[in-house]
Amino acid sequence: MRITVNGKQEDIKLARPTIADLLTQYSLQEKTVIIEANGEIIPKDSLSSTHLKEGDRLEIVQFVGGG
Amino acid sequence: MSNRYSRQELFLKETLPFRKKRALIVGAGALGSALAETLVRAGTGGVTIIDRDYVDWTNLQRQQLYTERDARDQVPKATAAKQRLQSINSEADIKAVVADAGPEELASLIEEQQPHILLDGTDNFETRFIINDLAQKYRLPWVYGACVGSQGISCVVIPGETPCLACLLAVLPAEGMTCDTVGIIAPAVQMTAAFQGAEALKVLAGRKEEIRRELVSFDLWKNTHSSINISSLKKEDCPSCGRQPSYPYLSAERRTKTAVLCGRDTVQVRPPEGRQFHLDQLASMLEKQGTNVKTNGLLLSAVVSGKRVVLFQDGRMLVHGTKNISDAKKLYQQLLG
Repeated sequence: MRITVNGKQEDIKLARPTIADLLTQYSLQEKTVIIEANGEIIPKDSLSSTHLKEGDRLEIVQFVGGG
Repeated sequence: MSNRYSRQELFLKETLPFRKKRALIVGAGALGSALAETLVRAGTGGVTIIDRDYVDWTNLQRQQLYTERDARDQVPKATAAKQRLQSINSEADIKAVVADAGPEELASLIEEQQPHILLDGTDNFETRFIINDLAQKYRLPWVYGACVGSQGISCVVIPGETPCLACLLAVLPAEGMTCDTVGIIAPAVQMTAAFQGAEALKVLAGRKEEIRRELVSFDLWKNTHSSINISSLKKEDCPSCGRQPSYPYLSAERRTKTAVLCGRDTVQVRPPEGRQFHLDQLASMLEKQGTNVKTNGLLLSAVVSGKRVVLFQDGRMLVHGTKNISDAKKLYQQLLG
């Protein structure tokens, strides 16, 4: 399935993936992130119940602490 | 003398918009250096910069105000910053404060200096949450910015209008991703500081309608950029910016506590409540940078900057071989952010 993540085309090879699965693939499952899917912010507790579909546009922002 | 601000004025269509403005920059590291230089060159009337650290050789790769001489002489960063900034613009009123930026220090600086904006040049979430609470309490805009590796993130917080950092993050992140554990390249600093600096100029020039309302982040190595409209995340019951704020990070129990363990030449650093650490993740990160780490799942021990440290799952850290509380606290935040 092809989706867009942070402006880049990605080919996802997981079966019926959720946003949580995608985060695991990116090793972001335990990081502090805010996710927007198709213009809507997805609440934390819905990440593992929100399934990705062809053509989805995701924005993933990861909080970091350095400076 | 020809007008040093002519190119800026051509763009802004305004003469000396920053002359009567003052910014308080918290932290004089990489972001703080870049922000201070931007504002001083732009003709900001006053810049106050607070930092507890001194210049070290490992800073020179990205902290643009400092020189080899500063590192050799271990000059406090705020002092070295002031010297350089004053030579860039002799008209600016620059105040350097060499101190730990805790709630009391920052509150008294805000009252004394009356800044128009607070700028985040810190390297840890704890201080950012203090800035976030103070910004709400004193009704001052502040600009969050952070960077690590090739990544950066920024957003503007305006009391009464935008969500605040506590709306975005219910708890202090406990990831241990800092410049000292995963490293950083200078362009990540410059990009983050550019996002922050542009918003600071808009705020100081009173160009409210042009202030960015999105949370922006980027990765210069992976060539990605994202921007999220966060206005829906503003919480009515937020403890920092909601209807009945309690400013939790200004109170004592949310602060990192330190204690010298008697007769053991050891300092214990205890984080604010509610931080849970993934010791395995931190161990693999430290191993990647060549540190010898031992972990048994319950605690992690390593030698960092010549000191043996032991970290427990609840975030408590023992720093052995020192009685110096500020050294221990610095080491703690270097490792855990």
